[in-house]
Amino acid sequence: MMASSYKDEDGHITVSGSGAAAGGGGGSLRSKKPENTAFKQQRLPAWQPILTAGTVLPAFFIIGLMFIPIGIGLYVTSNNIKEFEVDYTGVEMSSPCFTCSQNFSWNSTKPCTCSVPFHLDQPYESNVFMYYGLSNFYQNHRRYVKSRDDSQLNGNEESLRKPSKECEPYAKSNNKPIAPCGAIANSMFNDSLELIYIDPNGTKVQIPLTATGIAWWTDKHVKFRNPGAENTNLTVVFQGTTRPVNWRRPVFQLDSDPDNNGFINEDFIVWMRTAALPTFRKLYRIIQRRSNVHPTLPRGNYTLEVVYNYPVRSFEGRKRMILSTISWMGGKNPFLGIAYVSVGSVCFLLGVLLLIIHHKYGNRNNAAEISH
Amino acid sequence: MLRRRLNRLFGGDEGRVHSRTIYVGHKSCPPNEAYIPPKFCDNRIVSSKYTVWNFLPKNLFEQFRRIANFYFLIIFLVQVIVDTPTSPVTSGLPLFFVITVTAVKQGYEDWLRHKADREVNEYRVSVLEDGRRIRKMSAKIKVGDIVEVEEDETFPCDLILLQSSRDDGTCFVTTASLDGESNHKTHYTVADLESDLQYLSATIECEQPQPDLYKFVGRMHIYRNSQEPDVRSLGPENLLLKGANLKNTQKICGVAVYTGMETKMALNYQGKSQKRSAVEKSINAFLLVYLFILVSKALVCTTLKYVWQSKHDETWYNEKTQKEKETNQYLKMFTDFLSFMVLFNFIIPVSMYVTVEMQKFLGSFFITWDKDFFDPEIQEGALVNTSDLNEELGQVEYIFTDKTGTLTQNNMEFIECCIDGFQYKHGDGSSELDGFCVTDGPVNKIQQKAGREREELFLRALCLCHTVQVKESTKQRQDQNDQFDQIDQVDGLGLDHGFLDPPQKEMGFIASSPDEIALVKGAMRYGFTFLGLESKNMKILNRNKDVETYELLHVLNFDPVRRRMSVMVRSKTGDILLFCKGADSSIFPQVRQEEVERIRMHVERNATEGYRTLCVAYKHLSAQEYARADADLREARLALQDREEKLMAVYNRVETDMILIGATAVEDQLQDEAAQTMEALQGAGMKVWVLTGDKMETAKSTCYACGLFKKNTELLELTLRTLEDGGRSREERLHDLLLEYHKKAVQDAPPVKLGITRSWSVAGHDYGFIIDGASLSMVLSSSSEPNSRRYKNLFLQICQNCTSVLCCRMAPLQKAQIVKLVKNSKGNPITLSIGDGANDVSMILEAHVGIGIKGKEGRQAVKNSDYAIPKLKHLKKLLLAHGHLYYVRIAHLVQYFFYKNLCFILPQFLYQFFCGYSQQPLYDAAYLTMYNICFTSMPILAYSLLEQHICIEVLLEHSTLYRDIAKNAMLRWKLFLYWTALGIFHGLVFFFGVRFLFSNPALQDNGQVFGNWSYGTIVFTVLVFTVTLKLALDTRHWTWINHFVIWGSLAFYVFFSFFWGGIIWPFLKHQRLYFVFANMLSSVSAWLVIILLILLSLLPEILLVVLRKPRGPHARQIAAVTPLSYKHLKERE
Repeated sequence: MMASSYKDEDGHITVSGSGAAAGGGGGSLRSKKPENTAFKQQRLPAWQPILTAGTVLPAFFIIGLMFIPIGIGLYVTSNNIKEFEVDYTGVEMSSPCFTCSQNFSWNSTKPCTCSVPFHLDQPYESNVFMYYGLSNFYQNHRRYVKSRDDSQLNGNEESLRKPSKECEPYAKSNNKPIAPCGAIANSMFNDSLELIYIDPNGTKVQIPLTATGIAWWTDKHVKFRNPGAENTNLTVVFQGTTRPVNWRRPVFQLDSDPDNNGFINEDFIVWMRTAALPTFRKLYRIIQRRSNVHPTLPRGNYTLEVVYNYPVRSFEGRKRMILSTISWMGGKNPFLGIAYVSVGSVCFLLGVLLLIIHHKYGNRNNAAEISH
Repeated sequence: MLRRRLNRLFGGDEGRVHSRTIYVGHKSCPPNEAYIPPKFCDNRIVSSKYTVWNFLPKNLFEQFRRIANFYFLIIFLVQVIVDTPTSPVTSGLPLFFVITVTAVKQGYEDWLRHKADREVNEYRVSVLEDGRRIRKMSAKIKVGDIVEVEEDETFPCDLILLQSSRDDGTCFVTTASLDGESNHKTHYTVADLESDLQYLSATIECEQPQPDLYKFVGRMHIYRNSQEPDVRSLGPENLLLKGANLKNTQKICGVAVYTGMETKMALNYQGKSQKRSAVEKSINAFLLVYLFILVSKALVCTTLKYVWQSKHDETWYNEKTQKEKETNQYLKMFTDFLSFMVLFNFIIPVSMYVTVEMQKFLGSFFITWDKDFFDPEIQEGALVNTSDLNEELGQVEYIFTDKTGTLTQNNMEFIECCIDGFQYKHGDGSSELDGFCVTDGPVNKIQQKAGREREELFLRALCLCHTVQVKESTKQRQDQNDQFDQIDQVDGLGLDHGFLDPPQKEMGFIASSPDEIALVKGAMRYGFTFLGLESKNMKILNRNKDVETYELLHVLNFDPVRRRMSVMVRSKTGDILLFCKGADSSIFPQVRQEEVERIRMHVERNATEGYRTLCVAYKHLSAQEYARADADLREARLALQDREEKLMAVYNRVETDMILIGATAVEDQLQDEAAQTMEALQGAGMKVWVLTGDKMETAKSTCYACGLFKKNTELLELTLRTLEDGGRSREERLHDLLLEYHKKAVQDAPPVKLGITRSWSVAGHDYGFIIDGASLSMVLSSSSEPNSRRYKNLFLQICQNCTSVLCCRMAPLQKAQIVKLVKNSKGNPITLSIGDGANDVSMILEAHVGIGIKGKEGRQAVKNSDYAIPKLKHLKKLLLAHGHLYYVRIAHLVQYFFYKNLCFILPQFLYQFFCGYSQQPLYDAAYLTMYNICFTSMPILAYSLLEQHICIEVLLEHSTLYRDIAKNAMLRWKLFLYWTALGIFHGLVFFFGVRFLFSNPALQDNGQVFGNWSYGTIVFTVLVFTVTLKLALDTRHWTWINHFVIWGSLAFYVFFSFFWGGIIWPFLKHQRLYFVFANMLSSVSAWLVIILLILLSLLPEILLVVLRKPRGPHARQIAAVTPLSYKHLKERE
């Protein structure tokens, strides 16, 4: 870098001044007095903070005093969140879904159903969110994550006919483009779950489940678009494409509601947002609170009616159904509360420790000055 | 003549190697001989490196020769070829950016060079062809063309001066663009040429082009009427160099001898060898560690991937593509390994090189800008020739300094003289008429004066024996110059306010060395004024105000080997006199011995007082003697080969058997603040060695004056004098002395703790070591090899235990030898050489850092140095303030860069354990790319340019602070490990903090869940904030720029994330981050975890800072000074 500019200076100074001026590196031959500016003389006014025990102590105490209450608040909030989990994989012989899990076959036309009874000890007061959870399912595997075509999902007609190479080996089936293409779409969770409340007097009441509002608003309204903008007849729009190999229905038959059908089906959108970890949950349904008098889910006995379509035993996965209330911080997670309380306490303790050190050091300092 | 022709025919091949023949005006010479136009290159100057066609390939090739660029290119190619987790864009874009910026910069520079080349090449010059003047482009000049140059024009190529418009056959040139010397130099036409060049028929034989500006040997054969050709010798005084400017001369004609790329100027283009700083070596070492980390990470992941795959091979939901199934297993393993390499390659960032380069390049401006380095006398500030070594200035352990011009001002003042053994001193309030005042005469003698005749002879000698030019400011023209011997010297411009001669009040002298001016001025004080030289006649105004004229016959130039110079003059009466002056050691053997003793006493006493002494001798030459000397000299000057040696032999033969008249003492004043500077440098733990060509006594006294030797310093001498004591052979004596000194200085000295606190200053006893050139060569090249190595070791050990070392009587090469010796000694200490003269160039080039003083002895030192400063005193600030700061800045920059990339990539590595080792990146490609380019690069760059952890005043005041960073203290492995540990800690905190949060991914208050890109974005946000705030914690000097850049970067990150996630980007295949950031911010939990993790990461850092502070003896002192508020600063300004 410098060698070349060195060359400049000496080479052509005789011809024109430009040679010298062009030479960078500060190596100019101009006999000008350097400008006396604060910047050039490295004298810009500067704030020169020094962290000493004295300055940091209050900060530690403040952090401690702020974090501990926040942590306690978080912990309490998290504890108040009610969560119920039921595993319906059917691994054990005793499990009601054992038969379904054992006899699974992709080709079976008759769906296998099973019902899992469970008991809620406490009533769930506010809106209840129903999740399905999968374990040991690597939605974050690289080959899996990239196996999608966002352009197709955004309603691009060309991508609909010609899915991206990334979708391989789920891009085409029988020489027809798959819509939606890719491994993610292909493996969409397709168990259907229903909750039935068993009244103390024995009547079965089906709990109404809302299937909308479970996906991000922006995903539903912008990122995912059905092709053929105005054409509401999805059957026509998806003509010439085929369903993903593992699907039982084509994409335009996911739901009867036209606003929740095709690519903008919310179950589909939720599934398409790949999970971060191999054990994850996804929002399945929302149980809206109907009245102020009755709890959303009263305590008592329930059965979970499962249409068992989704095989997980082949990869030693588990399937769960989770019922959870939600607070301002989201779902139940004691981690934040504990972390805040511990960091707050550590800060506070350090503050105390520093105070002692500071005190001692200050004394020593004084003593040293006296002895001089 | 026949023999000559045969010689030319047969010796042609051989001759071509050593010399070239030029036909003046392209005429065959002698006329009847067939003229074969010789092939020489044309006068096109090509300083540009590229053409439009080869720019791209050549520039790319040059750029990818750099190991770092090559590495990134490989990574990029791997990404293109292999199916890798990150798109080629992520590494391609930064690389492309770096390459483009560099290419644009180099292209621009080259375009400037092209432009300049074109300007030179298309410059119109007048060429004489067949008596007519033809204008043609400079590029078209061929060797042998006769070129006409007018006043103030630049010579288009190297010319032999044939004709000048001036009567005396001279012309004046300035060579400011070649060597920076601004004085006018006289050049001479070839003697006795035809006035009309059209009829000139001549050939020139001269050496092949060589870069030395001051050497030229040639011979001109002039053919007249087919007689035996006349031969004229040509020397540098006849050669006009391309690049020089014609001054004070209307026009000249010259014949082109070297053209285009063969001109001396073009040959001098070559850059210097690149010096590498210790920090760069550290960077490379760290790089290896990180490369190892990178490779081991990739290996671990690859292995685990296959272990994992054996259990979870192919699941139904995630089938392999056909291609993957078909790929060979081992090839697949290999590409997997490469993929992991690519995924983790950000741990070694392209941007670090860019940032380091930028930091060095921009940082060096602060040296040039520093007004403290500005010297009002020469109207110049510091000069930075290379920015690669800024930080090395903070690491110097040994300083090798020249004496004359560096420690001393090289501003000579005539102090006293001694004539015939009687001392004369110029008194200030002298009552005596002639300004003489006899002080203490020779010891044991009553005050007395030498005979008046001797006095006058002595003063005439002073007036005549020199090469001084008189510069009359009243006259437009410079009248005279007796010599052309500006051999590597600049103008020692001395303005004299005449003491005795009111009419010549403003009389300037220009001379090759300031001693001469001092002597001439000294003589002037005593009534003998040198008026100048007019057409070979030197005029002197004597005490009686009579003008005496002497014809100058010969000048026997000064050279460092002979260490003396002489002139031969013919007085009006016809006497031929030779005056000689030189160093005592070189004069005494050449004079009659009877006078020597009386004068030696004076000389030695003067030398101990720190004066520079010269002895003056003379000799009468009889006519025969003169005739012989004259013939010898002429012959020697005509010699084409070994001219120097031949001349020297003649000089030595003439300068014998002279009569000593007296001696002079000239004081060389110490540089401003020389002693304080030396004290500060020693206080900073540097060892100062004085390397000088001067004699021991003079040098010793300078050392005392500078405070390098103190009163209680015990001097250990290893000189010829001590070697000759004791009457044994020198070898034995050397052996004994070395052992003795070693015992004293090394073995008996209290054990010195190695490390930062070198305690020699505390250790009660100071030693100073003195060695001279002769003894040094005995030490270095002892007769037997084992002895030699042993002596070298002994010598080094002694020297390293001495406070100061003085090496006197050093030849330039010996200076470099010493530097090399120390440089390669145990521990490879960082050396710095500082000097101002051509004789220091070798040591300046040899040392790690070379510093040139813009002194009076020419520009060579400055040109070859890495940094140039006007005065010695500036060295203090350059090292203690600039060096210290640059070192701290770059060391921090390097550590920080490694740290921030470690904690950037570690979460990515950890994520592999959770995604089946599938090379899934944790962060989006945009973040991967931008992290080092945009989000975290500016704050560290600003820090590395502006940080002053201790303010400059304090650094200058407490030189011991320099020791805190000695021995690359901030880039030791311990600190590197600390930073690495910090990076690992941060990486773990970032990753697992978010991991635990994601044990329930329902983080929004509407129950919706976050996916893997949200995970990555949260980690990345914590990362960017932590890394930036960590730097903020380290910043001790917050200017508005720091504020702007630090907070600006964070704001930019937030802004960018919104922007990047706010739009469906049509050119992207994946809309991974669409509204991820915004959704993240809508989650309270995400906010809380971000705050928590940032704080948790910085907590130990804050704690360490607090606990570390009250350590070390200076801490309180600095703390007392450092907290400068804005208010303080305002008050100060």
